[in-house]
Parts: sequence; structure tokens; C-alpha cells
Amino acid sequence: MPEKIPVTVLTGYLGAGKTTLLNRILTEPHGKKFAVIVNEFGEIGIDNDLVVDADEEVFEMNNGCICCTVRGDLIRIIEGLMKRKGKFDAIIVETTGLADPAPVAQTFFVDQDVQDVTRLDAVVTVVDSKWLKDRLKDAPEAKNQIAFADVIILNKTDLVTEAELKDVEAQIRAINPYARLHKTQRSAVSIADVMDRNAFDLDRILDIEPAFLEEGHHHHHDEEMQSVAIQIPGDVDPDKFMPWVQELTQREGPNILRSKGILAFKGEPKRFVFQGVHMILDGDLQRDWKSGEKRESKIVFIGRKLDRKALEQGFMACAA
Amino acid sequence: MSTFTPSRPPDSLTKNVTPIDAGAHVVGAAFLGETGALALADGMIILRDEAGGQRAAPAHPDGAILVFANDSERLITGGDDGRVVATDAGGESHELGDEKGKWIDAAAVSSDGAIAWSAGKSVKARDAKGRVREWKPPSSVRGLAFAPKGYRLAIAHNNGASLWFPNTDAAPEALEWKGSHIDATWAPGGRFVVTSMQENQLHGWTLPDKQHMRMSGYPAKTRSLSWSHDGLWLATSGADAVIVWPFQGEKGPMGKPPRECGVRPAKVAQVAFHPKALVIAAGYDDGCILLCRMTDGSELLVRAPDSDGGAISALAWDRSGRHLLFGARGGAAGWLSLPV
Repeated sequence: MPEKIPVTVLTGYLGAGKTTLLNRILTEPHGKKFAVIVNEFGEIGIDNDLVVDADEEVFEMNNGCICCTVRGDLIRIIEGLMKRKGKFDAIIVETTGLADPAPVAQTFFVDQDVQDVTRLDAVVTVVDSKWLKDRLKDAPEAKNQIAFADVIILNKTDLVTEAELKDVEAQIRAINPYARLHKTQRSAVSIADVMDRNAFDLDRILDIEPAFLEEGHHHHHDEEMQSVAIQIPGDVDPDKFMPWVQELTQREGPNILRSKGILAFKGEPKRFVFQGVHMILDGDLQRDWKSGEKRESKIVFIGRKLDRKALEQGFMACAA
Repeated sequence: MSTFTPSRPPDSLTKNVTPIDAGAHVVGAAFLGETGALALADGMIILRDEAGGQRAAPAHPDGAILVFANDSERLITGGDDGRVVATDAGGESHELGDEKGKWIDAAAVSSDGAIAWSAGKSVKARDAKGRVREWKPPSSVRGLAFAPKGYRLAIAHNNGASLWFPNTDAAPEALEWKGSHIDATWAPGGRFVVTSMQENQLHGWTLPDKQHMRMSGYPAKTRSLSWSHDGLWLATSGADAVIVWPFQGEKGPMGKPPRECGVRPAKVAQVAFHPKALVIAAGYDDGCILLCRMTDGSELLVRAPDSDGGAISALAWDRSGRHLLFGARGGAAGWLSLPV
């Protein structure tokens, strides 16, 4: 199989610095060629050869799954772009400030033709240090964009005091403790920090220090959006886990924005890695557990009104 | 001309294939009279005659060809340069539409010389005299098909299809069915409109009574549809066999199972019914091509699997049914001349 083209999704509320970041990525001397999918063609100058106009057409899949929405225009554009294979190395999708990232992410799981040729590398969210606090109060999209992020660019740090910055960081962490966070001015990050992250390979979630998570939750609490991470220091039984997680995401899918996990299945030498967006789950056996690597099972949910206790009990009951 | 006269039908026709190096993803194949035409993703059109004489027409010099349609004289191509171009067998190209850089998402040709194309949320029809009319669909459009008779266009979009008379001001007639509809085709007899859907199924409507026809069970999306010469069968891609739906009666395939032919451990990517016989050319996603005869299920190999060259992406018969032109995603192509 030829290598899949990595896709980076760039989200962020209006004025946070998305286009600045995009142009920075494009003009850095990396020798890479990008296909850029943007909304509102030509409004702001984008310094790239291959820029495609998107319509952000979201439609509901007619498959009985109420929150399974996808971006029809993306399916069409990626099909067209693949005809130009060899002309670009990666795809960047910039969404509008008001966009919900779910349909974009789900497109890469739901559409087989898209999945055959591309892989979602990371969702990168740019946030404005000064205005995020207000947006979290009045704009549900802003919260979704943080919850969905694999990488967060906390931008315009020069416009706030150190105390304010600490506060806004804690707010972000209360929603999404798992994303890589970079503090920037004028979206100045190294391209390596946002591109080719393989964030969806999920290795990272095993690295997160439980203490740090605890600390985040002590200091800040988002009433609406939470993350729950649960760990079993050993194997799980796939015959218990699979039905549980499927039933859970079917029932709670509208509230679960993202789910991720790395699991040790009893008797299985390979790690089982899964991720999900709302009701859609995508899992696969990946590399072998390395010798000396501790076999453990960990799952993470980010969502609204999550019942921490029930999730913990449910997952713990899957232990082998 | 082939002088090969077999005493019995050969199992393989691979010796009758002349390879063509197209050099880019083949988006479409067509015959303009006796000239074969390959529309390529690098914006070029290759024109070739049976003797092997070949020339290239740069129909979209700054872009990629995304969609195509043709009649016996013109190949209509739509590109990511926003242009709609007609190219004849001599390689002469004329621009018929310009959407200012917006990708052309679909194209269609009618039997009386009209064409239609879509770009984003705009569908345009251009009659043989060059008059252009526009309709704004509810979502962007990837499937257009003219009625076999009369100036009427079927337009596939989200939550159904619309039937539009471009020469009237009347609102298009709505054919409703929830979901995202991709390609559209109109049966040669005019009684059925069929669309392919995002959800790995086909949907059809009988006309004028708008009875629904659901055709499901595909493991993948159907992106290639071809009617038999008598209009009684519809061959489709999207499974590990050609799925052929019967359209003999008033109700189309409802209550009748489809036929299958060319079962292989690879997905059918392209289908093309022979213009005179119940024989289907099937191109698979591993690069294999078979001819399948519906009457007895017999098969002939046209091209062996070629996993490096990618899926077959274009198939077309000439009008006589003696020549088959094909192309693959990886840029390989070929010309089959059937033994006489």
C-alpha cells in the first residue's frame, strides 16, 4: 500500500491567529509541498500554489447514527486532490472559526475512500490568550475546538499578564489535559510542533503524568466539559471491553467528543489502539508490546456531562 | 486490423491489447467516432486512432481534469482550473464554460448537443445554441445526467435529486430521499433515474410516479454505472463482482435479486456494458480487466492484475463494440481490439 497522505486540521476561533500560523507553516523553508483546503477563498492571502476552496458542507450520514456528520465537500476535494498525487506531501484543512471540528474529524473515519488515501495527523487549535475566557463562556464552538485538539497553540501571550496566562492555561487543561500546548506570540511555533505529529497514533496519552492531571482538576473545573482518564495496570478482556465501549459510545456518543485508548488484550502480543469521535470508533492492533514495556490499558474520554464514576466502574469491570 | 481468427474463443485477450503509456491518472476514456480519447489528471487529452497514431491535446494546461462526459463527437472535460472544455477527435479544444477557478464537480452531455456542468452550488446547462441557464441546488452537486430525450437534467444532491427543464422557469421537480447522493444516471428508456449514495447503496425513482427503488448491500461506494444496450440492465461497481440490476418491468429491480458476474477477490471499480451484446467490461481496483458475458457467465481476461498501477479508472467501448479503451490511476492505459 502506498503511504497515506497526512492531514492536519487547523481550527481556532475567529481572530486567534489561524491564518498567521498557516502562512508561517507554508513559508518556512521545509521543502515540503502542501495542498491547503480553506474556506472563503481569496479573502486573506495564502502563500501556496495549491489552495482549494471549501464550502464546509456538513451532512448527516443516513446510517442511523444521529451525530455522525461528515464534510461532503472534503470527500469531494480529497478525491480530486488525489488525482494530483505526487504534487504535494501533505494536506492542511483550515476550518472557519465557528466550525465544529467533529464533522471534519469524522470524515476521515467514516469515508472509506478518504481513509484509504489519507490519515488524520493532528487537530491543531489556535486560541487567543486574551479572549479565550470570554469565548468559553459565550461560544460552544470554542470549547469544542479545545476538546478536539491534539495540539493547542496558546497565542498572543504578549497581550496578557503572567497570572492571566496561567489562568487561561489551567482553563484549557481542565477541558483537555492531553493536548500538546505551545505558548506563542504571532503564532510563532516550529513546524515540527504542528505537522507530522502522528498525534492520532496516540502513544502520547500513555506518557501523561496522572499527578499533572490531578493538579489540573484541582485548580480548575469546567462545569460542562471534562476529561476522564482511566488506567488498568494490566490486561483487559476484549470480549468484555468491546461490547462495553460500543454500547457506551452508542448511548453517550453525543456527549463524548473524543475517546482514545491503548489496551493490552489478554493473550495478544500487539497493542490495541483505538480512537473515536462521538459514536464512531476506529481501532486496530498495532505494534508489539516491547520487552520491558509494562503491559497496561488506558482510556481517555473528553466530553460533556461525563459520569466519571460510571465510566471507571465500567472500564474496571473489563479487566482480564 | 486483427487477422487472428480463433477456432474457439480464447480464454485471454491480453495479446489483443496495445498498451498506452498515458503518464498520468486516467480520469476518463471515450471514443469520438473511431478515435479513442483519454482524459488525464495532468490536464491533457490523449487522442489515438486504431493504427496507433497518437496526439495530445492540452485541454487544461494549468490544471487537472476532474470530470468528463462525451458524445460521439466531443469530449467534455471539467477541470480544477474552473474551465469546461470541449475537445474533438482532431484535438481542437473550445472553452464552453469558465467558473473562475472553482472546481468543476460534474459534467454531462445530452443527445442533442447540450451540455451541463456543476461547480459548488451552481448547476449550468448550455444548449446546442450556446444559451446558458443556471440553477442553484441546495448543496454542491457531483452527479448530472440528461434525459435520453428532451432537454431535461437529473441533478444528484443532498437528500435526493432534482429534475430540471433548463429552458423553463419552473422550479425543478424534487425526488426526495434522505442522504448524500453522488452520481446520477438516467435509464435509456427514460423511466428510471438512479443515483449512487455515500452510504454504499443506490437509490432510484420511477418516473413519473416517483416510486422509490433501494438497491443496497454494497461493501463500498458505487462510482461507476452502465446501462445495457437494450436499457434493461444496469451494471454497477462497488462490490467484489459486477452487480447487475434488472430493469425489465415497470417497477425496475424491486422484488428481484440482482445478477452477479466477474466475481473476484478485488473490488470492481469501473463497468462498461458492450454497445451491442450482454457483455460487461469490468475493471477492478487491482488493475485487472475482465469481459463477462451475462448469458452464460463466461469470462475473458483483458488485463492481468497489476497492483502497482492502481485501480482501473476508465473504460469505454467504441460504437461498433470491437474496441475497448481503458486507463488506470497509475497512468497505464490500453486499447483492446477484439478478434474478428
